[in-house]
Amino acid sequence: MAKVVAVTGNEAVANALRQVEPDVCAAYPITPQTDLMQRFSAFVSDGKVKTEMILVESEHSAMSACVGASAGGGRVVTATSSQGLALMWEVLFIASGMNLPIVMPVVNRALSAPLNIHGDHSDAMGARDSGWIQLWSENAQEAYDNTIQAFRIGEHPDVRLPVMVCMDGFIISHSIERVEYLEDEEVKRFVGEYKPVNPLLNLDHPVSYGPLILPDLYMEYKRLQHEIMWNRVKPVVLEVAEEFYKLSGRRYGLFEAYRLDDAEIGMVILNSAAGTAKDVVDEMRNRGIKAGLLKPRLFRPFPYEEIGEALRHLKALCVMDRADSFGAYGPLFTEIASSLYPYKERPILINKIYGLGGRDFMPEDAEKVFLELKDIASSGKIKSVKEYLGVRE
Amino acid sequence: MTEKPLNLKELSKKEVLLAPGHRMCSGCGAPIVVKMVLLATDYPVVLSNATGCLEVSTCISEYTSWKVPWIHNAFENAAATLSGVETMYRALKKQGKINKEIKFIAFGGDGGTYDIGFQSLSGAMERWHDMLYICYDNGAYMNTGIQRSSATPKGADTTTCPAGEVIPGKPQKRKDLTRIMAAHGIPYVAQASPSHWLDLMKKVRKAHEIKGPKFINIIAPCNRGWRSQTDDAILLSRLAVETCYWPLYEIEDGYKVTLNYKPKEKKPVEEFLKPQGRFKHLFSKENEALLKEIQADIDREWERLLKESQEVAK
Repeated sequence: MAKVVAVTGNEAVANALRQVEPDVCAAYPITPQTDLMQRFSAFVSDGKVKTEMILVESEHSAMSACVGASAGGGRVVTATSSQGLALMWEVLFIASGMNLPIVMPVVNRALSAPLNIHGDHSDAMGARDSGWIQLWSENAQEAYDNTIQAFRIGEHPDVRLPVMVCMDGFIISHSIERVEYLEDEEVKRFVGEYKPVNPLLNLDHPVSYGPLILPDLYMEYKRLQHEIMWNRVKPVVLEVAEEFYKLSGRRYGLFEAYRLDDAEIGMVILNSAAGTAKDVVDEMRNRGIKAGLLKPRLFRPFPYEEIGEALRHLKALCVMDRADSFGAYGPLFTEIASSLYPYKERPILINKIYGLGGRDFMPEDAEKVFLELKDIASSGKIKSVKEYLGVRE
Repeated sequence: MTEKPLNLKELSKKEVLLAPGHRMCSGCGAPIVVKMVLLATDYPVVLSNATGCLEVSTCISEYTSWKVPWIHNAFENAAATLSGVETMYRALKKQGKINKEIKFIAFGGDGGTYDIGFQSLSGAMERWHDMLYICYDNGAYMNTGIQRSSATPKGADTTTCPAGEVIPGKPQKRKDLTRIMAAHGIPYVAQASPSHWLDLMKKVRKAHEIKGPKFINIIAPCNRGWRSQTDDAILLSRLAVETCYWPLYEIEDGYKVTLNYKPKEKKPVEEFLKPQGRFKHLFSKENEALLKEIQADIDREWERLLKESQEVAK
């Protein structure tokens, strides 16, 4: 029986971690993740979980300890944001290179300088090439559901990779929303007993983790990493989502398509701002404008074919990036452009950078974008491919 | 645990857990140190290794010299990594999934310990993980080509502080990491040398019987970096002890100082420096004062050690 609660995103994810009850959790505080780990630490202190905490002296050590603990042979979590994820960067590649299915909620926040503690996607986008699976979440419910599914996806024998679960800092992490919790036993049954692969703590079969590898073998190793991400993750994500649907009644896929099938203009947008934009899509429809939206859920590996297929019929499309690659197009834009490149008939593409450092994304902003797309669709002309949205001049 | 006696007869019967065929240079002090540490250990062990000579030379895909579980994560995080392994061990032991008593040992060179791995080490010790951290100190970044580290002795010629026309090698004195680790108030900190193998092995055994964080700093001559004879590793580590450059002592709980070896006759530091090409320039006329300074630094620390160990004895 599902339980309906009013909780913040951080609280929902902390509760998911309590229900999963990992063996080891390493944590270091950073805004806006702090509240998530404080809540989880309270579960540990109150004996609600069997988890052993490692309260490390930096995020670099948090991820290092996670690598050691996960190689040891058990279920491991941590969580972070922004500078913390940036500090972990080196070790992220080691976690994925060693096939360690660590789960890490990332409470998305801007990167310094200048220092800013508010939500944007610069942190996770900076880690997109680290070999981690990335699941993105619009709201507290999705963050909760994705966290539970992340264990099943990462630990799947065909996959064995670490997973980031992204949610927007403050906008989701600190806002109270309606969330449906699964029962503890349901979550336990869903994630199942952890099955270690080549555990370091198995004395009968000693293993060496982290060898030096020379040019004669390095590329084969990297290709294998690519092939696992490229071929094996998507079916597992869908299989886990199907099973999760049977349990919860909530459907997940590789992305969410909203009023997209018969749309003429569209927007691609990640995380919380998709909620705002969906409202505006409805309003556009009421005004007779055929708008639609696509919200990616699985960003790594990126489902190019599926997304290309879902967007190819549009006349004009705006890709919204809450992170920038200075001097280049936004990171989501380049993926969408790649998805659409194979098609002769494809929408005209534009890219808007929005919401950096927690700048509000309002319905008016989405409306402005849709109206611009409408003009582009009818005139075939664009004034600028990439533009910052909602900037003071 | 019934321990085997520490004598050569018994030790020669034990399996060496670092298999031959590794790529460490001939005459290197580090594998000698590792073998001594592992021979002294009668428990099952799980090892962690910082990036460095020892790591790159002992596990090259698809070969490994390690007969026991071993993990290398990165350069600066051998301690944090092992703290994760040790925590997983406690978690699984509590759940009844592991029942053996396992000891955890981290190996790092001075670069990975004094410098880039210092925060990770300090954090792991402060968190009181049940582990032994062994630093094999060869006094520079030997793996990357003899660059200066904070463990490099004053006056040493390295590739990044070469003895030049105006600067006579490294201007600063070494960081006293053994003391810094003792200042963490952890149960056991010691300095050891492979020349005094029995002392070294006793220290490892003593460390294993203490619950909580332990740190042993072990001098490990590097003939490439020290520019010494290939077969001089043990001789030089002995001279380091006999000149009181590398005193053998232990500090328990942050304050109980025990001097484990007092040379019958304290040799002048020149005897340690002279066989090493990295100190050659110190013996020129214009560097006389610097040589005196190096001796004075050693004398001061040695006096301090004598005084402190007596105070504890009282």
